Amino acid sequence: MNSRERILGRVRRALADVPDDARPYQEAVARDYLREHGQRSVAQTVDLLAENLADYRALVHRCTDGELPELVARLLSAHGSGSVVVPPGLPTGWLGAVDTTLVQDSAASTAPELDRVDSVVTGCAVAVAETGTIVLDGSSDQGRRRITLVPDHHICVVRVPDQVVSSVPEALERLDPTRPLTWISGPSATSDIELDRVEGVHGPRTLEVVLLSGS
Amino acid sequence: MSGTFVGMPAFPQAAREAVGNTTLRGNLRHATHTIRDKRARAVAELEDWAALREAGKQIKDHTLRHLDRYLVQVEEAVTAAGGTVHWAADADEANEIVARLVQETGESEVVKVKSMATQEIALNEALEARGIHAYETDLAELIVQLGKDRPSHILVPAIHRNRGEIRDIFRSEMSEWGRPAPEGLTDTPAELAEAARLHLREKFLRARVGISGANFVVAETGTLVVVESEGNGRMCLTLPETLISVVGIEKIVPRWQDLEVFLQTLPRSSTAERMNPYTSMWTGTTDEDGPRTFHLVLLDNGRTDTLADEVGRQALRCIRCSACLNVCPVYERAGGHAYGSVYPGPIGAILSPQLRGTGSEIDASLPYASSLCGACYEVCPVAIDIPEVLVHLRERVVQGGPAVRGGNRVVLKPAKGHAAERAAMRAAQWAFTHPGALRTGQRLASRTRRLHPRTLPGPGRAWSGSRDLPAVPAEPFRDWWQRTHGGKGGAK
Repeated sequence: MNSRERILGRVRRALADVPDDARPYQEAVARDYLREHGQRSVAQTVDLLAENLADYRALVHRCTDGELPELVARLLSAHGSGSVVVPPGLPTGWLGAVDTTLVQDSAASTAPELDRVDSVVTGCAVAVAETGTIVLDGSSDQGRRRITLVPDHHICVVRVPDQVVSSVPEALERLDPTRPLTWISGPSATSDIELDRVEGVHGPRTLEVVLLSGS
Repeated sequence: MSGTFVGMPAFPQAAREAVGNTTLRGNLRHATHTIRDKRARAVAELEDWAALREAGKQIKDHTLRHLDRYLVQVEEAVTAAGGTVHWAADADEANEIVARLVQETGESEVVKVKSMATQEIALNEALEARGIHAYETDLAELIVQLGKDRPSHILVPAIHRNRGEIRDIFRSEMSEWGRPAPEGLTDTPAELAEAARLHLREKFLRARVGISGANFVVAETGTLVVVESEGNGRMCLTLPETLISVVGIEKIVPRWQDLEVFLQTLPRSSTAERMNPYTSMWTGTTDEDGPRTFHLVLLDNGRTDTLADEVGRQALRCIRCSACLNVCPVYERAGGHAYGSVYPGPIGAILSPQLRGTGSEIDASLPYASSLCGACYEVCPVAIDIPEVLVHLRERVVQGGPAVRGGNRVVLKPAKGHAAERAAMRAAQWAFTHPGALRTGQRLASRTRRLHPRTLPGPGRAWSGSRDLPAVPAEPFRDWWQRTHGGKGGAK
């Protein structure tokens, strides 16, 4: 008997005392919890996102489409970035005013090469207001997971209000589980020294989130 | 200090030594009180906490009830997404599988995400014995590994160390393992985190094999979820070419939607945050993004034995948040090492004796490592009634009885060392069923009360060594009742 059969057999014997439960999954779990916490207008939801992002030490900026290239250029230069890695499908205009070296991401580029790049600019899949979270799903404006991990400075552009949801349940509804997903809430941090939170360990130590509105 | 838990003394002995260590007590008190208050605030933000807690409990109970079906579903979904699934009945088998998979890559070092399952099976030691070096990359695990120490907390394994001790470990040990600590390293947490960043970066960048656990596995999609803070998890999950995840069979949730409950309750219960900095979710492999080869090792190692226990099986709902450790008065004073297991604190006191059986001295003593105050149950985000299971396991230790070990039904013998307790209980049973004898005995006790010793003689000495004997009243209750109420036809 192989271990698969052994484990499955043990599970079935272990549950021999339990009465048959033919209830379908939908009835077995009472979902009496809330879909979102509190009632907010769309603008208030975006404000809450900004507030919670900032609470976990992300730097939050707001701008319109027309202002974005200037803002991105200014953030990169303020950070002293000499190079920025670009996901393949990043809207071309976003980096229109940037004068630092652009590094196109490719499957051939190695982790040590990526480690020499200062910054990365991406879009996102969805942002969660209640928790101050941005979620990346590897779409072409976000790129492979490693490009938002190895560089020390991440600028993430969120289209508001379209990409903003209130809560975790609403975010999961919008996401595709077959894609590789990264949920980011503030820059990397640790609580490992005396259970006190310190920002900045292995992931980008500076996270800047740009809330981009249409007009 | 040894890096393993083999041959640990019983809890009371280990705890007595730990309680005498004032540095340890200071460190633990500071850390647990810090996180306790933060957790209470984070939980208070959600008005539907009770409903989330109940839903989490029900999802886990439903999954455990149909675990065979969901295990097969996980296997199908992960395989369909490009992963390979392995089954390990015990620790040795899991270690064999992982070692073989690493050897097949031709690599002799691996980077690890913090994982309770791999600690439980002592994977690092098993790999080292086969010439494979495993590097822990979580900051606290790094502190433990560099200090040749043992973990003492589920979330923060180095909670017993303060910043000064951590700086000393980094200064003296980092050079042995790779990049040395920076010159003039101080004990500020930010500088210590920076030292870890520099030390580990070269390991991440050259790593070709990553090993992880998982917080959740979604059966319908085959998605694995790792919740973390530092980014070391992301490094290990995305930079290597091969990823091996060792996951306990109780980590399954049926559907994608179920994550909406646990992604709200887990961060608030563990680090007291609305959301932890990083959560990674992956389903099999993805072209040109992350590892090209993915292995999932499904681990039993005592979980099906635990599942066979009607009362004890609720321990399998645990999502390893560690909230119960942080509120426990016993943990706060004794520390994690006294529990003799990678699972310390209240959850450890019910998990270790079930996963490992109650045969050893330490495991037989763990159900007693509690005052039964119930704070652990109160904070548990999946409503595990830890005091109930503790009492149940005490009964098993003292009385023995049927249980399942290694998948086989066995009848456990009563443990040694509880003979006096059993004799006392039998005597009490006899007395309570013989009212005349009880009355005579109580009156005798009341009249001789000035002569009673302050401690018990013989085998009772250990019990009264740390407890006051109850004072016997001048008059038995029944006599008092008769004298004041009994003759007047009822209570006034």
